[in-house]
Amino acid sequence: MRSIKLLTSGLALCVATQAMANDDLVAKMDDPTQWAIQTGDYKNQRYSELDAINADNVADLQVAWTFSTGVLRGHEGSPLVVDDIMYVHTPFPNIVYALDLNDEGRIIWRYEPKQDPDVIPVMCCDTVNRGVAYGDGKIFLHQADTKVVALDAKTGETVWEAQNGDPSKGETNTATVLPVKDKIIVGISGGEFGVQGHVTAYDMATGEQLWRAYSVGPDDQIMFDPEKTTNLGEPVGADSSIKTWEGDQWMIGGGTTWGWYAADMEENLFYYGSGNPSTWNPAQRPGDNRWSMTIFARDIDTGEAKWVYQMTPHDEWDFDGVNEMILTEQEIDGQERKLLTHFDRNGLGYTLDRVSGELLVAEKYDPVVNWTTGVDMDPDSDTYGRPEVVAEYSTEQNGEDVNSTGICPAALGSKDQQPAAYSPKTELMYVPTNHVCMDYEPFRVSYTAGQPYVGATLAMYPAPDSHGGMGNFIAWDNLAGEIKWSLPEQFSVWSGALATAGDVVFYGTLEGYLKAVHAETGEELYKFKTPSGIIGNVMTYEHDGKQFIGILSGIGGWAGIGLAAGLTNPNDGLGAVGGYAALSDYTALGGQLTVFALPD
Amino acid sequence: MMRTASQTLFAAAVCVTLPVVASAQSWSDQPVKPAEHTDEVAVSYEDGGIYYNEDDIPTYNASEDGTVDWMTFSGFRRYHSECHVCHGPDGEGSTYAPKIKNSAVHMDYYDFYDVVVNGRQNGNSVMPHFGDNPNVMCYLNDIYVYLKARGMDAVPRGRPAKKEAKSDLIREMEDACMG
Repeated sequence: MRSIKLLTSGLALCVATQAMANDDLVAKMDDPTQWAIQTGDYKNQRYSELDAINADNVADLQVAWTFSTGVLRGHEGSPLVVDDIMYVHTPFPNIVYALDLNDEGRIIWRYEPKQDPDVIPVMCCDTVNRGVAYGDGKIFLHQADTKVVALDAKTGETVWEAQNGDPSKGETNTATVLPVKDKIIVGISGGEFGVQGHVTAYDMATGEQLWRAYSVGPDDQIMFDPEKTTNLGEPVGADSSIKTWEGDQWMIGGGTTWGWYAADMEENLFYYGSGNPSTWNPAQRPGDNRWSMTIFARDIDTGEAKWVYQMTPHDEWDFDGVNEMILTEQEIDGQERKLLTHFDRNGLGYTLDRVSGELLVAEKYDPVVNWTTGVDMDPDSDTYGRPEVVAEYSTEQNGEDVNSTGICPAALGSKDQQPAAYSPKTELMYVPTNHVCMDYEPFRVSYTAGQPYVGATLAMYPAPDSHGGMGNFIAWDNLAGEIKWSLPEQFSVWSGALATAGDVVFYGTLEGYLKAVHAETGEELYKFKTPSGIIGNVMTYEHDGKQFIGILSGIGGWAGIGLAAGLTNPNDGLGAVGGYAALSDYTALGGQLTVFALPD
Repeated sequence: MMRTASQTLFAAAVCVTLPVVASAQSWSDQPVKPAEHTDEVAVSYEDGGIYYNEDDIPTYNASEDGTVDWMTFSGFRRYHSECHVCHGPDGEGSTYAPKIKNSAVHMDYYDFYDVVVNGRQNGNSVMPHFGDNPNVMCYLNDIYVYLKARGMDAVPRGRPAKKEAKSDLIREMEDACMG
């Protein structure tokens, strides 16, 4: 009897610890003085209740302190602030610094992993990393080489390590991880290398792998129940993925998972999107290529898919579906609903019921989007939920070795991963966008493991017949599917936004400006030029009763490729070549954290 | 045709034995003065739509009306599939990889070949090895002459407006290489 009792209490203790680990993080996310997760909270709202810095006084903002990361590559993501310690990460080699906010930012510990530099060139588009996560007294780093490391948050000592992928096959990582309940859930990059994308859960305490769900493949690999997993309200049926691929092409089919994840603890679901099907040459992979380009809702504990929605069946433009899923509770037709809003690379802003997966809104969030006339919203139609493709811009219909011109948006999308923010006060989404179009010519390629598997030539240029710039920062009404206001930017806005209860919205620009605008009107209230272009996300925290705003500078990433030398429109003729602004005329490499505050 | 094939084999053999004399990145963004390199790119003869200089090294053929040879056009396509995610559009470089259009002028053909086949590293700047990638290796001469033309300012940025037809020889070589 005694031993049974001991065992029982041991089990109870174990369960209690798991619950506590999560309660601890949830409490920290709810505490606006901390910035405990990259996305602000599980809803990806990137909204802070702090209002000491507000629309009336933000013009007085000053630089409080700065920190050099020592790395000169693209700096995405943001620092975390947990219990008076700031955690700053860098691109490859993925250094992590713990800075003591009680001691003027003195470095408590630093961690620099040893990684094979061979991983660098198999990362598409620079060696960015979107930051660390916190949970259960540990800092979680998902390195470029796909090793997941848990570090003691106080000491920096390694608690556990797990290898999530194989860089020699082109599997790499750029994303943060989702710490939820007693797990961390991680994704994978490598859609340009024919990687079969997946999400994987690890035990937060031990690093033990718990489950892995692929984006494409047989039902057991993708963890679908043909009867229970639904697509727009209907069961998906058996072999829903593999019957949309020719032969075994799904094995190198892409659908990677490198975006921002959201979680709904009540529903016990987490949400994320899958990337492009491999290759970029659509003629080489007939079929809808499910479930690439898809929004997934999966059970946090089992990994099983509850519902899916494929936004871009049979992609012809590299419109990855990985962008963030923003969760809100809003009233529609007098009824409060749990919603999911997603700004896809394909240029459409989607609003869905996140419990059922019902599609409510699908509208263009950049007026220049032209590859589709819109999504079929009639539930009784055979093509319900599908975008109607405009033949002129269909790289599939135009065929291999044909250059399709004037497609909007470009492959980098009307928005890439740079996350939007949501203010419950205004019920508006604040969206950093690209205003870039392209020519796209697909052609035949062959697959070699660990080698690029692209198969298309692209030329990108600012949207024609517009303001001439390559970006906009917009306010979006996710219920009406309408732009409320739009601020033209000279370059793509590649920085994650922050909305606050002070009626201010912050974002960074590729020239290096941190900007503050009014949440209602978009009126510019403040700007400051940081040392390098900004592709990081704005965060805020409070220390000793004072509110701070933090941003990483360090130009690079996708933006550092196309924009460094300027983009040109080959269709404009020789006269216009070189006529567009080159980012290199405005900024240079850097790696710096800038922290702002109001004067005392 | 035989002659061209043996040249390719010769090139491959040489690049294995040649030591890498250049230190990594030493070519980065180095400006090109086209007038100093005109002899290297001057067309000496043409064989089946492929142009060579007097040292039997492939080169481009750009006419004043904007027409380029097929290899240069093909190089434009393959470059923007395989190389531009690091080296930027039109060989103009990025925030983390050199302006390779200039490298193609400054570097010896065999050094260029060697770096593409075997890769190289300088700190956190890494050029991958493409030796086992047919999408690169079967078009390496195409990419080389395209970048050389870009570095010499012989073709403007963007897609070449006009091109010579694809020759039977080029088609046969491509089919043989891609399998």
